[in-house]
Amino acid sequence: MSLGAVPSAGRGLREAALADIAGLKTRHGAYFRVSTKSRLMAIGIPLALIALAFLSMVVLGFSLTRILNGLHRLGQFAVLMVPPEPQGRFVAFSIALGETLGIAFLGTLTAAVLAFPVAFLAAKNVIPNPFVHFAARRSFDVIRSVDTLIWALMWINVVGLGPFAGVLAIACSDFGSFGKLFSEAIEATDGKASEGITASGGNRLHQVRFGLIPGVLPVIASQVLYYFESNTRSATIIGIVGAGGVGAYLTELIRVLELKQVAFLILMILVTVAVIDFISTRLRMAIIGKAKIV
Amino acid sequence: MATAIAKLPEHQAAQLAAAYDKAVSARRMKGLIVAGIVLLLIAISAQLAHVRPLTLFANLGNFGSFIGKTVPVLTLGNFPADMREWYWNFPKWLGLLGQTILIAYLGTFMGAIVAFCLCFFASANLARSRWTRIVARRFLEFCRTVPDIVFALIFVIAFGLGPMAGVFALAIHTTGALGKLFAEVVENIDMKPVEGLSAAGASWIQTVRYAVLPQVLPGFASYSLLRFEINVRGAGVMGFVGAGGIGQEFLVAIRNFYYSDVSAILLMIIATVILIDIGTEQLRHRLIGMEGGK
Repeated sequence: MSLGAVPSAGRGLREAALADIAGLKTRHGAYFRVSTKSRLMAIGIPLALIALAFLSMVVLGFSLTRILNGLHRLGQFAVLMVPPEPQGRFVAFSIALGETLGIAFLGTLTAAVLAFPVAFLAAKNVIPNPFVHFAARRSFDVIRSVDTLIWALMWINVVGLGPFAGVLAIACSDFGSFGKLFSEAIEATDGKASEGITASGGNRLHQVRFGLIPGVLPVIASQVLYYFESNTRSATIIGIVGAGGVGAYLTELIRVLELKQVAFLILMILVTVAVIDFISTRLRMAIIGKAKIV
Repeated sequence: MATAIAKLPEHQAAQLAAAYDKAVSARRMKGLIVAGIVLLLIAISAQLAHVRPLTLFANLGNFGSFIGKTVPVLTLGNFPADMREWYWNFPKWLGLLGQTILIAYLGTFMGAIVAFCLCFFASANLARSRWTRIVARRFLEFCRTVPDIVFALIFVIAFGLGPMAGVFALAIHTTGALGKLFAEVVENIDMKPVEGLSAAGASWIQTVRYAVLPQVLPGFASYSLLRFEINVRGAGVMGFVGAGGIGQEFLVAIRNFYYSDVSAILLMIIATVILIDIGTEQLRHRLIGMEGGK
């Protein structure tokens, strides 16, 4: 209030601001007071999280000596990894990577083709019956909550070891994700197109075919591409349980500590994933209409 | 009174029809080309992934009978005893599930802390030099591109069998995934409070504490919860490579054809994942609500 608080020459802004702190506190008390509840939350939640973390460490048997030993060994591994080289297995690795890409592509495509019709059942604006779309949604949830590797193990029991089991595993786990995503995309479409078709005498099937599908197709295509990208990653590890692709090499080479080859293989995977990333991002942008492909 | 629609003169109508046909055929052509490319890719992938539809159809019955065999004998008259037989190892499985959740929690917690520390260096608006930003970004990218289970494979050899390897593997992957999302949250903040604080002479750390944190914390918490959900699924399969959790038990059951164990464990995994999904979703909605209220 008083003009005496204005900083005179030579005094810092900060001191000036702090000079009348007691006055400020009495005049604008509300800004300085922190409610007990929010203060308790600010201290209590982090404390609880940290306590839980320590408890977990105890329960899971963390020990400092094991960590230090492990870090020491990791350091040794890192030295053994350089320089990354294929040691004559470049062709074999490339074939396995091709297999991985094949698994990802076919798995994603199969899942998309199968999920597309079923997703309409789970969309509220297509099937108004609450029981049908509730059942469809919950089954998508159940399918989604089973990891790809678990699906792979189950399919290995049916079609035997090999990449085909991997395709089926990715198809299964993606079916759940696609079902959910597609049905959400269908629900988010503009209802006006469908109304227009009803107004000009179209039936329910016409509504779906001419009112809904043209609207959701670009969204769906971009989601499928996105999943193809992430499935290339999943397909690299599906070989860990024996369902084909580059994962089998990865497991084997890590077990026998051929770390130079491991490093090379990981680099190959990283490059492949980056290339797929790049291409599919371009395609997705083109599909949503943000940019040209070339 | 119905009004007649004026008919177009013959030559004009023909012209329009020709233009329409041309447009349609161009679209058709484009569609055919895309379909051709996709078919070609399918053929190549099928070759690479050794797809054998005949085996699938021949063995589809196997899938049915596999599922059939995992269904336990449950009779109404003897229900409690049947249940007890089906879930004969319930306490151990429950303990392993608890371990799985703790692995996911600790992995998320550690990963989130590292991501929190790194995200300010990786975001375009707060990083103080271009180089810290590039280094931080590349590091995060590496962490999330290598699948967590590959890290787990390496860590199992370094740290020994057990949950510790799983926790570190999840933590690294979480760092990569959350670091990127956190950095994006930071890049989307309102910069006015930051400018105000730097104008008042606050240090970089004070700026982050008082101008950035209040804006980003709800977003960070929401993403961390989402990641926790994903990590529960990830921790469920860590046991496949010996990195703790319920996965090991599931692998043993499915490899040794302990049919009813497979269904018992799988149901427990699904139930846990769905429960955690529901729980985190509730929490996230409340967090987003808090953000909107402010």
